[in-house]
Amino acid sequence: MKRLTSIQDLDALRQQILEKRKHIRKRIRVCNGTGCHSQGSQKLVDAFEKVLSEKGLTREYMVVPTGCNGFCAAGPIVVIEPEEVFYQKVKADRVLEIVERSVLGGEVIEDLLYVDPTTGNRIVHEYEIPFFAKQQRIVFKDTGSNFTRDIEDYISRGGYSALAKALSSMTPEQVIEEVKISGLRGRGGGGFPTGVKWESCRRAHGDIKYVMCNADEGDPGAYMDRSLLEGNPHQVLEGMIIGGYAIGAREGYIYVRFEYPMAVENAIWAIQQAKEYGLLGENILGTDFSLDIHVNRGAGAFICGESTALMASLEGKIGEPRGKHIHTVEKGLWNRPSNLNNVETWANVPLIINNGGAWYASIGTERSKGTKIFSLVGKINNTGLVEVAMGTPLRTIIEDIGGGIPGGRKFKAVQTGGPSGGCVPERLIDLPVDFERLKEAGSMMGSGGMIVMDEATCMVDVARYFLNFLVEESCGKCIPCRVGVKRMHELVVDMCEGRGTPEHLTKLEELCHAIEETALCGLGKSAPNPVLSTLRYFRDEYEAHVYDKKCSAKICKPLIQYIIDMDKCTGCGACRRRCPENAIIGVNKECHVIDEELCVRCGICIETCKFKAIYIE
Amino acid sequence: MEQLLQDVDAVIDQWGAKPESLLQIMLDVNHKFNYLPKESLLRISERLRMPINQIYSVANFFKVFSLTPRGRTMVQVCTGTACHVKGAPKLIDRVRQDLGLEPGQTTEDLALTLETVNCVGACASAPVVVVNGETHSEITPNKMASLIKEIKAKSA
Ligand SMILES: Cc1cc2nc3c(=O)[nH]c(=O)nc-3n(C[C@H](O)[C@H](O)[C@H](O)COP(=O)(O)O)c2cc1C
Ligand code: SF4
Ligand code: SF4
Ligand code: FES
Ligand code: FES
Repeated sequence: MKRLTSIQDLDALRQQILEKRKHIRKRIRVCNGTGCHSQGSQKLVDAFEKVLSEKGLTREYMVVPTGCNGFCAAGPIVVIEPEEVFYQKVKADRVLEIVERSVLGGEVIEDLLYVDPTTGNRIVHEYEIPFFAKQQRIVFKDTGSNFTRDIEDYISRGGYSALAKALSSMTPEQVIEEVKISGLRGRGGGGFPTGVKWESCRRAHGDIKYVMCNADEGDPGAYMDRSLLEGNPHQVLEGMIIGGYAIGAREGYIYVRFEYPMAVENAIWAIQQAKEYGLLGENILGTDFSLDIHVNRGAGAFICGESTALMASLEGKIGEPRGKHIHTVEKGLWNRPSNLNNVETWANVPLIINNGGAWYASIGTERSKGTKIFSLVGKINNTGLVEVAMGTPLRTIIEDIGGGIPGGRKFKAVQTGGPSGGCVPERLIDLPVDFERLKEAGSMMGSGGMIVMDEATCMVDVARYFLNFLVEESCGKCIPCRVGVKRMHELVVDMCEGRGTPEHLTKLEELCHAIEETALCGLGKSAPNPVLSTLRYFRDEYEAHVYDKKCSAKICKPLIQYIIDMDKCTGCGACRRRCPENAIIGVNKECHVIDEELCVRCGICIETCKFKAIYIE
Repeated sequence: MEQLLQDVDAVIDQWGAKPESLLQIMLDVNHKFNYLPKESLLRISERLRMPINQIYSVANFFKVFSLTPRGRTMVQVCTGTACHVKGAPKLIDRVRQDLGLEPGQTTEDLALTLETVNCVGACASAPVVVVNGETHSEITPNKMASLIKEIKAKSA
């Protein structure tokens, strides 16, 4: 490939690619995102390639390993284009049949189709599935259909045209203006206006400036940044290059946690490709603008997602934050002006430049513009990644797109914003989701994790969970966080283990307010949120733990007991043989009982019993 | 020892002996030896001209780094929020019972190390367990038991 040295070159290349692909009759998309990958989708890719090459069909039919399709609950997913026939839960032994019957024969294989749980109907096409119908996919549009490791696929979809437009017809100031008009706010959690940040960085003094991408994604339960970077790395990169042009940066960094190896690989690889094509490096597209970007792995500490800690860790120091009275846009990495944005924020930029800030601002609510990708996980039927316009009601996300709660259970709450956020209870299900409304409800947007909880979730246990997480992840630099959060954790553990007193509740609330006010960085300041929000909406559960020593969700071990139902037990002995503690007593064909003293409440007996004879009280 | 230092040097050369490479070098060395041998840290300190205490503080700060040898098989139970609400604590209980290990500990024969991680980004298939880099989805306590059995059989 020769380097592109002008804007015209890029257009010509796009035409060439389209020409080259004319003879492709069908594309077989195989989702190779993290979810499907963990269910064996690489085997599918290999099998399709093998079958096609054996049959001598590789010229006309193309296997495309893509990033996350979004509908992870249905994985591994295979979609046949152009018809968009959607096959779910595909195993490698079906590949030959799919090629023969469906790809070549044009038939639809009924038993691989998605079944709508409400109507029982089988659905043939991707776009007809309710999960997709109510989404508004703009940022995440191509992630599940783009050939992850092929820059030409991205270019053929119009990729890098935003960069070409910015370089050929806009000054840096105009680019910034457009981003300001769009109303884009950072998707990393805080929601700071992106254009304003860029402008301060452009104005900051210094010859060397950095553009940086925060792909640390420390929020447990969120994986949209990972999927974007894995599935469409060029879109993120294009956003960064445009940002680099706007603020006047010459160097950039993508900071990815090492736990995301595929994201690391794809980012490195995209950078290499972009360099070969002259879209990155010296004199980009033949202009005066030059930018170099590196990938650095983080070592998986939550605090390293915080901007000052991230930069410290890049400098080879421990990831401790510092006070933010001096902004990183003025003194960041190596004390130079540094502009850090989240992965999803960067991925929005090419859209804004291509379609204009006003177009972008027409989507969303008054103060939250555009769309947001949520990772919808936990106790929900359609787990996956969901992109909706800001302001979409929670009910649409959970009921229409998410398909409700499995097992006929009731929806209880949704946790948003990770360890800095909180729980939104069932009665607020009509809440429109945007930065402001979530905050009013005592939660946060955060990076967009939505962990759905049903009746079988104990809210005190959820608070305990987040406090434990924060105790482990606190960097320990300041006392309110290091000691205070630990003390909060102890109080809640006492409650979960039946030692709680009314005084525990008072102390817990006092601590929440003290830590909020005095902690040094965002981790400590927001650490009380999971507690405050659960106290606000589920106080009765705390009180039941403290006064009655009861856990209504039957989660807190010391407050529950495993019991065998005498009417249902057939005395088959399966539970007795599996119980790791030998806590089950009984002889064959006679009713068994559990020795409460020995039982460690591991739940193995319930999983084992075929007659549903074991229950928790 | 010669070999070890040569390996460490190769990693350093790949990233360049500068402070911003520190974390990258340590991640690679930690991955290669499954822990950070003392000699490797001394070598890094020397070549990057960074005080050894800074290197040790970084090694202590991040959970991924180990200063003692770890097992041939790494079992990581995800304890992220999605995995937690779907039953991850029961999986850890199971390993605790079967092997007598707490998270962070290694079996005496260096066969297996148990660790917890906060979300590996496969939340849709929660709860997940990662065994030597390979993600297993929708694990139950019983499936966990068979996984451990398999690992034990392999390393015996
Ligand atoms: C404890 C803590 C952890 C954070 N983790 C992340 C993260 O994983 N990813 C991210 O993009 N931002 C994270 N942030 C927010 C960043 O500090 C920063 O605001 C953000 O990356 C800026 O990008 P944006 O303007 O595009 O949102 C975190 C903040 C705090 C206080
Ligand atoms: S609030 Fe916590 S994480 Fe932040 S600086 Fe203080 S101790 Fe460190
Ligand atoms: S919960 Fe576990 S320890 Fe208790 S009886 Fe059942 S299998 Fe045995
Ligand atoms: S990983 Fe395949 S749909 Fe998400
Ligand atoms: S919470 Fe376990 S993979 Fe995300």
